[in-house]
Amino acid sequence: MSSGYVQLLQQDVPLSWYLLLSAVLFSLGIVGFLIKRNLITVFMSIELMLNAVNLSFVTFAHQWHAVKGQIFVFFVMMVAAAEAAVGLAIIIAVFRARATLAVDRIDLMKL
Amino acid sequence: MNGSLHLWLIPLLPFAGFVINGTLGRKLPKALVTLIALLTPLWSFAIVLGAARGFLGIGPAPSIPYIEALRYPWINAGALHVDFSFVLDQLSLVMLLIITGVGFLIHIYSAGYMAHEDGYWRYFAYLNLFLFFMTVLVLAGNALLMFVGWEGVGLASYLLIGFWFQKTSAADAGKKAFIVNRVGDFGFLIGLFFLLASFGTLTFSEISAKLVANPAWTGGVLPAIALCLLVGAAGKSAQLPLYVWLPDAMEGPTPVSALIHAATMVTAGVYMIARTHFLFDRSPFALSVVAIVGAATALFAATIGLVQTDIKRVLAYSTISQLGYMFLGCGVAAYSAAIFHLMTHAFFKALLFLAAGSVIHALGGEQDLRKMGGLRKKLPVTFWTMTMAVFAIAGFFPFAGFFSKDAILYTAFTQGGLGTIVWFVGLVTALLTSFYMFRLWYLAFLGESRSADIHPHESPWSMLGPLVILAVLSVCGGWIGAGRFGAFLAPAVGTKTAEAASGNLELILSVLAVGVAALGWFIADRLYRTNPESPARLAAAFPAAYNVLVHKYYVDEIYNFLIVKPLLLLSKFVLEWVVDVAILGGAAWLLGGIATLGGAILQRWQSGNLRSYAAWLALGAAALLLFVLMPWASILAGFGLHVGMVAH
Repeated sequence: MSSGYVQLLQQDVPLSWYLLLSAVLFSLGIVGFLIKRNLITVFMSIELMLNAVNLSFVTFAHQWHAVKGQIFVFFVMMVAAAEAAVGLAIIIAVFRARATLAVDRIDLMKL
Repeated sequence: MNGSLHLWLIPLLPFAGFVINGTLGRKLPKALVTLIALLTPLWSFAIVLGAARGFLGIGPAPSIPYIEALRYPWINAGALHVDFSFVLDQLSLVMLLIITGVGFLIHIYSAGYMAHEDGYWRYFAYLNLFLFFMTVLVLAGNALLMFVGWEGVGLASYLLIGFWFQKTSAADAGKKAFIVNRVGDFGFLIGLFFLLASFGTLTFSEISAKLVANPAWTGGVLPAIALCLLVGAAGKSAQLPLYVWLPDAMEGPTPVSALIHAATMVTAGVYMIARTHFLFDRSPFALSVVAIVGAATALFAATIGLVQTDIKRVLAYSTISQLGYMFLGCGVAAYSAAIFHLMTHAFFKALLFLAAGSVIHALGGEQDLRKMGGLRKKLPVTFWTMTMAVFAIAGFFPFAGFFSKDAILYTAFTQGGLGTIVWFVGLVTALLTSFYMFRLWYLAFLGESRSADIHPHESPWSMLGPLVILAVLSVCGGWIGAGRFGAFLAPAVGTKTAEAASGNLELILSVLAVGVAALGWFIADRLYRTNPESPARLAAAFPAAYNVLVHKYYVDEIYNFLIVKPLLLLSKFVLEWVVDVAILGGAAWLLGGIATLGGAILQRWQSGNLRSYAAWLALGAAALLLFVLMPWASILAGFGLHVGMVAH
């Protein structure tokens, strides 16, 4: 059953669809990162971009029958997990200190 | 026995002493510092003695010259090959025996003399360092390695002259010695470049072989090389006109004056000329210059020595004068006689300095001859050993100085021409030498004490022991070499000049030399013993001459006016104000201004707004993408970005 599903995948869904999906997700991530004011949303946008990249990695890994791309995905997921832990901790610390999560108001790091 | 003499140990042992005492000496107990400092030169001396057996035919004979080289070359660039090679032949053997032997004695003496000094460990570290460089200088098989030792002994000399660096005069004297030596070293260096350019090698044996292969080669670059080397030798050996540093070098501890500024380092110039004699032999002109410089220095320094009142300065001018003698010997191609005189001079001048040190030690630092007197009974050992040295330097038969001085004067006289003139100058110098040494002798030891509040005490045996040994050498040192020295050194320095053959002429000249020495003694006796007030009368009778001598011909003042002052003015007005303040300072100010201005503009870019950073990041990524896909378009876009950034 699962091998038949993969066959279906190979036959019916062309490579470009995956890549297009990846590009759309990545662009959504960029746009979200640039325009959203809530720090948590910005953070989620970063995750979205990472996962868009992951998608293109597995796509190409599948296309070229190269396991490297899948290994890379694991690396990215691991780094993303670590980054999520640190990032969320920072966000909580920022919220406790400033009582706000609006990125435009977190601007003390300037000359 | 694998036949190796382990020459490399000779310099390396004192170097090990320097490293240990120099790094750990401050924390080590004094006895251990002394032990390390004394054992390393003793060990080196033992190795030299072991090597000497082969040369004298009582041990396994090495091939002479015996060469020891590191397997790997030091410099290997294009056609230039320089090895770490040590050469032991008769010449370097004699030098090594003097350096390690007399050096070891002076180390013992120092242990007594410096016993109460703060920088005891520092002193011995420097002294060992000196022995390291000096043995490298002597053993070097090529001119570049010799130059390393040459510079190194200059460094050790600088450090030891300025040993009491808290004293301004000592620090200044160290600097003066170093700077004046730079002038000489510059000449040496130019000589090395000439050698390299015309021979393609710096190895002494190869240069010599090339000269032998071209017997017709006399003129051209050879006199230039020889004269450049002479400039170097004149700097190190305190010859006219570069002698000015040596009298000031007396600011250092007295054993240092004995070892470095009398017995060994200052003779490096003589050694260098003897080592490169094949160059000087080919250039009669350079050889005459050597002879003239030597004779002039001998006479010049001796006249200054006549009126000095500081006991060490008398000896310093005497050293310069005797070095002039050695140069005179080299100048008439009597290299073996010059080296012979170098050896006997090392004995008696080291002894004179050490005895003077003993006097100074006994009087609690007093160096003024006018305040001494009557020390004969208080310091009997010092008195008797010093007497031996005085007779030796004055050239009385059968003391050491007689034989070596005689060998030089005889060779000079038999040369004829210029030789006769320098012989006469040498004879006059011998008269003056005898006079000022006996003057010192009378003033310091005989008569009555001229200072009531001093209570001299004889020095400890660690100081008197070396004095006694050196006194024996000052008496007997000449017998070793008389008549045999030339033949022994002949393989190393050549036999251009026939060795003094005994005959009526030699006898007449010897009697003349001894007569002149006796005359000097007689005059000193009349002036300083029988009529003690007559020197002052004499000075009052010839005020101009006396003043010129007391002020050392105003050479320091002339140098100060002609060289030091203009250099200082140049440094102050041109180098400091124009170059440093205006050009360099202005440039620095300009660059700083640009950076500050740029920063002021760029800091506006750092808004602190996260989304603005993110936008720049995205723009940058987009620009990179554009550059990868469409390079030409990206340059135009980049220009637009630049304009936009400035506007921002």
